Amino acid sequence: MSLPTAPGRETAIRVRAIEKSYPQKDRTDLPVLRGVDLDVARGSIVALLGSNGAGKTTLVRILSTLLAADAGTASVNGFDVATQAADVRESISLTGQFAAVDEILTGRENLVLIARLRHLPDPGRVADDLLARFRLTEAGGRRAGTWSGGMRRRLDIAMSLIGDPSVIVLDEPTTGLDPQARLEVWQTVRTLAEDGTTVLLTTQYLDEADQLADRIAILHEGRVVADGTPAELKALLPPATVEYVERQPSLEDVFLALVGGTTPTTTPTSDPEDDR
Amino acid sequence: MSRSFLGDTAALTGRSLTHVLRSPDTIVTTAVTPLALMLLFVYVFGGAIRTGTESYVTYLLPGILLITVASGVAYTAYRLFLDLQGGILERFRSMPIARSSVLWAHVLTSLVANLVSVAVVVLVALLLGFRSGAGVLAWLAVAGVVALFTLALTWLAVVAGLSARTVDGASAFSYPLIFLPFISSAFVPTETMPGPVRWFAEHQPVTSIVDAIRDLLAEQPVGTDVWVALAWCVGILLVAWAAAMSAYRRRVS
Repeated sequence: MSLPTAPGRETAIRVRAIEKSYPQKDRTDLPVLRGVDLDVARGSIVALLGSNGAGKTTLVRILSTLLAADAGTASVNGFDVATQAADVRESISLTGQFAAVDEILTGRENLVLIARLRHLPDPGRVADDLLARFRLTEAGGRRAGTWSGGMRRRLDIAMSLIGDPSVIVLDEPTTGLDPQARLEVWQTVRTLAEDGTTVLLTTQYLDEADQLADRIAILHEGRVVADGTPAELKALLPPATVEYVERQPSLEDVFLALVGGTTPTTTPTSDPEDDR
Repeated sequence: MSRSFLGDTAALTGRSLTHVLRSPDTIVTTAVTPLALMLLFVYVFGGAIRTGTESYVTYLLPGILLITVASGVAYTAYRLFLDLQGGILERFRSMPIARSSVLWAHVLTSLVANLVSVAVVVLVALLLGFRSGAGVLAWLAVAGVVALFTLALTWLAVVAGLSARTVDGASAFSYPLIFLPFISSAFVPTETMPGPVRWFAEHQPVTSIVDAIRDLLAEQPVGTDVWVALAWCVGILLVAWAAAMSAYRRRVS
């Protein structure tokens, strides 16, 4: 399937001075984004790091045309999100914060539905390929509502890949997952980037950004307050703080060793049955 | 628009029809309340009601059909509300699909599910002694009126589903709709009602729709009733459709 193209698109996502406020009950506006600038290079993984309420979800909703910005511009693959929304929707795929799968349909039916909505020629084959790729073939015939959280999340991401969108946005892809399921999602994201997909993911976990991202943008009080490679960002901080960050994976090591999972330093090879 | 609108609507209608098929209780529950009312009125109250017709079940059926539809459309509001809550609607909207196909899929599913429930109720009515000599054309006209009524109420259900804050709120709108046939010619002739009640009964949509269906089934000339009934259905349909579209834009932006 050929994707729509626009000239001069080394930058997959370009955000300039985006502002967004939400009206409150007392009729004042609550500013959530106060002039955000962000560039995501083609084929890279960028993590948007921020605490709850920092405006991460607001930004990704604007990028996926679900929400209109009050001011500023944003483009995906060179297409403006406000004026070329249909082209943006062809280029980008959003995996929202809560696994948006149909729980009454089976896993395979979920994939076939999305393939039909993306107007692909052979929805059944697309679904079977993705089930195999995400090691969900065995569960594919059961209702998604009976699946574990980690499996549902993988299905959710698989649904986002249908039609080979060149840009994938993952909004807090591992929030609420257990450590093993989290590693599986990480591995999926890495594979995506190796295949040339641009990935923008939001997270509130420092180690997740550290593990996955080529660049990290820190969103705080509606602005990007820091933007750089993990090494560049760590250089900004005193060593003692860096040491604290490094202790967190080691606690995970202990947990995983106790429950017999894999460690974050090795490639997870766990069986899909593991995370039930 | 057209090709992708039709394809997208077909794909999404297939999805929600699967929901109905996997929980057949939605069709059963839809039919249970009207069936219970029908039994109650035929075997308990019916003997005391003078309608001027030979068979009370034949008199009663049109109103029961409308109650069936009124209770059935609540499921559309319920399913739409769950789609909004679960995030799947967000996924559909971030994809390059025809936007209104999301709503049309729920509306078409409601039409199919309600016509099945209505058919079940008609079959039970036949067992209770309902008889009609109406021909194919008259039955088609009845089906058309019921379908139009279903579409009108379903778009109301879409408004309710999109505006609700809780699951209970999503289906609460249907209670007044289920009650409306009681203050109409559905169960008793309006002539016995006191002035103001009678005036209301004779000028609300249910009476004209019930009278039109009753005349069609009784092979009587339908007169102006059928036009008043159609005007009500089309009017409600257009207003509810416009309100639903505006609620959709408001809710999702």
